[in-house]
Amino acid sequence: MDNLDNKPTDFLADAYANAYPETRPFWEAAEKDELLLKSCHDCDKPHWYPRMICPLCGSANTGWLNASGQGTLYAFSHIEKADPPYTLAYVQLDEGPIIMSNIIDAEVGQLKIGAPVTVTFQRMKEGRKMPVFRLSE
Amino acid sequence: MTIKNKAYIVGAYEHPTRFAPDKSVAQLHAESALGALQDAGLELKDVDGYFCAGDVPGGSPISMAEYLNLNLSWLDGTEIGGCSYIAHVERAAQAIAAGKCRVALITLAGKPKSTGVATGTAPRTLSPERPETPWDLPYKPTITGIYGMITQRHMHEYGTTAEQLAMIKVAASHHAQYNENALLKKVVTVEDVINSPIIAPPLHRLDCCVITDGGGALIVTTPDIAKSLKRPLVKVMGASHTIKTSHGGYIAPTETGAIKTGPEAFAEAGVTPNDIKYASIYDNFTIMVLMQLEDLGFCKKGQAGQFVAEGNLISGTGKLPWNTDGGGLCNNHPSNRGGITKVIEAVRQLREEAHPAVQVKNCDIALAAGPGLVVGEGHAHATLILGRE
Repeated sequence: MDNLDNKPTDFLADAYANAYPETRPFWEAAEKDELLLKSCHDCDKPHWYPRMICPLCGSANTGWLNASGQGTLYAFSHIEKADPPYTLAYVQLDEGPIIMSNIIDAEVGQLKIGAPVTVTFQRMKEGRKMPVFRLSE
Repeated sequence: MTIKNKAYIVGAYEHPTRFAPDKSVAQLHAESALGALQDAGLELKDVDGYFCAGDVPGGSPISMAEYLNLNLSWLDGTEIGGCSYIAHVERAAQAIAAGKCRVALITLAGKPKSTGVATGTAPRTLSPERPETPWDLPYKPTITGIYGMITQRHMHEYGTTAEQLAMIKVAASHHAQYNENALLKKVVTVEDVINSPIIAPPLHRLDCCVITDGGGALIVTTPDIAKSLKRPLVKVMGASHTIKTSHGGYIAPTETGAIKTGPEAFAEAGVTPNDIKYASIYDNFTIMVLMQLEDLGFCKKGQAGQFVAEGNLISGTGKLPWNTDGGGLCNNHPSNRGGITKVIEAVRQLREEAHPAVQVKNCDIALAAGPGLVVGEGHAHATLILGRE
């Protein structure tokens, strides 16, 4: 994980955030360590990754939803050979969607499918903050 | 409009190289094209349709058409990853059935081996314009890491074991020992696979395909031209290709696009999985063979582990002879794209031109299938059913 929290930057300089100006509320919330989801006012389902048109029903009547930040570990693979090692994961959010992420601050032996996890945020080298997860207390 | 029996594969050529530092990608495409035309008994001037994917120099049909000086009336640059060339056979058959071209050339080539690309384990470089990129790239989703998660999930849901997956590699190695061009010719055991280094748990090194330079080409043509040539007749019976999306985050990582392309291709061909005498199934990782066997309908979901553990993929003894060239796991994975070699070995089997040690007796109907890009994210899948006439 490229955690460069000491670097004086934010999402405004991040090419990956800037390519999607419509997702700015997500990056602004992430600065405050809050996870937003895009949800559809017509079919009432949240989706991932955030889009302005609901991928589940095609409605443009979508809005931002404050997510609980809670989920369960759906699958993971700990890449020991990487430098530094890291854990790639699918996390199923309590709101429904399964999102790709990383699990941090955990011994690999502690991880198992179904384990409760809680969101936290890490700043990427490009500037934006992204949700990652820890095993819940 | 059905393509059933409207087109024939008359040329199939797998470039023998597995390491080509002294040749350009364009030359590998061209050599593969000439190899397939020679196999068919046709010439470059006969080609009036050209099909290629993202591996082609310049990224579109234009540069190779220029390089080969083709005189085209139809072209198709559909790029859907490693299964592009399986889909190209269907698309060529459609164009031929519609009268848009008469001799279709499909090419693939690349040289990841000599350019040192650690394809499956290196962090991927993806542009911001790919809409998933801001949301997945930061997590370092290596291809092996994603397939590791899929494998873990299949084990969790269905009780699949590492030993069962290893038997897929064992079957591939049994076949590769007879292929003089195969990169890995050594027969391996379940223990060899289990004891190979972990790349992305639970996947071992020997659960992963090889990285090779190389290329391949196919010639698809009309029934009239096919019957005027001297080659055994291999007809296109049915086909399908699709994109299986992540469904807005409600993904099913243990399902492949074969759940759609399999039934559609079988329906068009008018046959069932029981009719298939030989199957080429894209084997970028052992888990992908397992999941496709289930999704194509050869096994019920969750039961392919037992099916492969019984040795059913080994030609001569198993119920479903599979990847008799050694597949991507042992033979060849040119340009990190296994689609075209799957079609080529199916054609060899239908012509009775496979190695005698792996040739399937009375092989009259064969299948070639594979995914494109990475299952677990939006990915493509293509299935093709071919018959000997």
